[in-house]
Amino acid sequence: MRLLRAWLQGLPAYLWSGWGAVASLLLFVAAWEAVAAYYGPLVMPDPRSAFGTLYELIQSGAAWPELAATARRALIGFTLALVVGSVLGLIAGVSMTASMMSRPLVTVLLGTPPIAWLVLAMLWFGASDGTPVFTVFVASFPVVFVGALQGARTLDNNLRTMAEAFRVPRRMMFVDVYLPHVVSYLFPAWIAALGISWKVVVMAELLSTQDGVGAALAVSRSHLDTASTMAWIVAVVGLLLAVEYLLLEPIKREVERWREAAT
Amino acid sequence: MSAAQLIVRGVSHAFARNEVLADIDFSVQAGQVVALVGPSGCGKTTLLNLCAGLLHVREGAIENGFAEAAYMFQQPRLLPWKTTLDNIALGLKAAGMARGERHYRARELALRLGLVHEDLDKFPHQLSGGMQSRVALARALVLQPDLLLLDEPFSALDIGLKAELYELLLAQLAERDMGVLMITHDLMEAVRLSDLILVMTAAPGRIVCRFELSRPAAQRDDAWVYRRTAELLQDATVRESFALPPLAVAAPLVNDEGDGELRRLDAPSSVLPFPRARAGCR
Repeated sequence: MRLLRAWLQGLPAYLWSGWGAVASLLLFVAAWEAVAAYYGPLVMPDPRSAFGTLYELIQSGAAWPELAATARRALIGFTLALVVGSVLGLIAGVSMTASMMSRPLVTVLLGTPPIAWLVLAMLWFGASDGTPVFTVFVASFPVVFVGALQGARTLDNNLRTMAEAFRVPRRMMFVDVYLPHVVSYLFPAWIAALGISWKVVVMAELLSTQDGVGAALAVSRSHLDTASTMAWIVAVVGLLLAVEYLLLEPIKREVERWREAAT
Repeated sequence: MSAAQLIVRGVSHAFARNEVLADIDFSVQAGQVVALVGPSGCGKTTLLNLCAGLLHVREGAIENGFAEAAYMFQQPRLLPWKTTLDNIALGLKAAGMARGERHYRARELALRLGLVHEDLDKFPHQLSGGMQSRVALARALVLQPDLLLLDEPFSALDIGLKAELYELLLAQLAERDMGVLMITHDLMEAVRLSDLILVMTAAPGRIVCRFELSRPAAQRDDAWVYRRTAELLQDATVRESFALPPLAVAAPLVNDEGDGELRRLDAPSSVLPFPRARAGCR
C-alpha cells in the first residue's frame, strides 16, 4: 500500500524527467524514417504505416488475443523462473559447497543459446504452450538464480552480529536484516529476467505455435507484409518499455532509495 | 540496582586449537567504568563478545546481573536501508515496543546527542562518520541499558569528535547508574573515561595488571589525562604488553608517585605461570 502511494506520488516528477528518453526515442524513429525513405517500403516501411497498421490491428481487435497469449506464456515462464530461481539461488547462496557446485552449471545454462533449448522443447512439448513456457523458463532462470545467489552470499556478517547483540527476534531478523539486502540483488535480476522472457517468448512462438505475437510475425513474414511485421515489433517493444519504465523502474527507485543517491 | 554486577571468573576461550583467552577474572559494578586495554589481537573483542552473550562461554563463568546490556561496535554497523530514526529504534523494535513510542524515544535521545531533525530521515550513507557514530551511540543508549559494552567505538574518529562523544557519554553516565565495560588500545581514552584499567597482553590473552583511577571522570582535565597516561606508559608491564622497548632508565613505579590518583593494584596471581608476565609484574 505504501509502495503504491509512493509510486503514485513520484509518477509526475518521474514522467517529467523522462523527456530526455522520449527525445532519444523520437530521434530513433527519425532515423527509421530516413532508412525507410531510402530503401523503400518493401524493405523497411516508414514509421507512419507501421503505427497505422498497429492502430488498425488494435481497432479491429485482432491484436489483443495475440498479445494476451504471448503475455500469458511469457508470464508463466517468468513466474516459474522467478520462484524456482529465487528459492534455489538463496539456498545455494547459504551453502558454500552448493554455490561452488552451481557456478559452472549456471555458466552452462547461460551459455546455451535459447534457440537450442527451443529445439529440444519442440521435441518434448510439441506445439503446446509448454514449448514457449519452457524456453522462457530455461532462458531466464539462470539470471534470477545468480542474482539470488549473490544476494545470499554477500549477506553482511557484521550486521547479523549487531542484530543478535540487540536481541532482534527471528522474524525481524529476516524482514529487517536479510530481506532488504537480498531484494537489492534480486530485484534487478527479476527485471533483467522479465526482459529476457519477453524476447524469448516471441522467438519460441515464431517457430512453434499457431497463435501469439510470434505466430503473427511468422504469418506476416510469409505474406511479405513488412508493415504489419513492424507493427508487431512496435507492439512488443512498446509493451516492454511501458512495463519497465512505468511500473518497475519507479518501484525499484522506491525500494532502493537507501542506496547511494548517485542518480 | 546496587547489587547488579558483571562477574567474569576464570574464563578461558579458544578458537579451534588457538587459545585466545586464558583465565580472565574481573568484575564490573553498577556505575563503574572498566577499560580493557591491550594490543590488537589480544582477545579483547572475544572477551567482550563473551560478556555480551554473542559467544558461548566454554570454560569459567560469566554472571551478568545487569538487566539490560547494550553493545556498541567498532564500526557503526547501521542498517543501510533504514533511516537514522529507525536505526536508533532498532533495539526498541526488537523488544516489541509500538512504533509511535519507540520513534518518540529515539527522536528525543538523538536530539540530545547532537543530531538534528533533518538527519533523522536520512539514510546512513548520507551521514558523516561522526554522525554515524552518534547514531550507533544513540542506538545503544536508547535501550536505557544498565551495562554498556563498548568495542573501540571511537577509534576511527578525529580527536575533536572523540572529545565530543566522550562528553556525551560521560553526561549519560552521570545521569544513570550505568556499568561500562569498554575495550580500547588507546591508553589516553582509557585514562579519560575509566575508573579501572585492566591491561591485557596477547598469546594467550590475559590480564597482566590493573590500575585504579580515583578522580571522578567529570573532573579530569586534559593535563591530568596526559600526565596519567604518561605515568601509565612508564610502567614496565604496560610497555611489555604493547611490545614497546623497555625504558633505559628505570622509571618510578606508578605506586611510588605519591598522590595515589593512579594506583596500581596487585596483579592477579594467575598470570604468574606465564613466563612473559613474570618479568614485568614483579
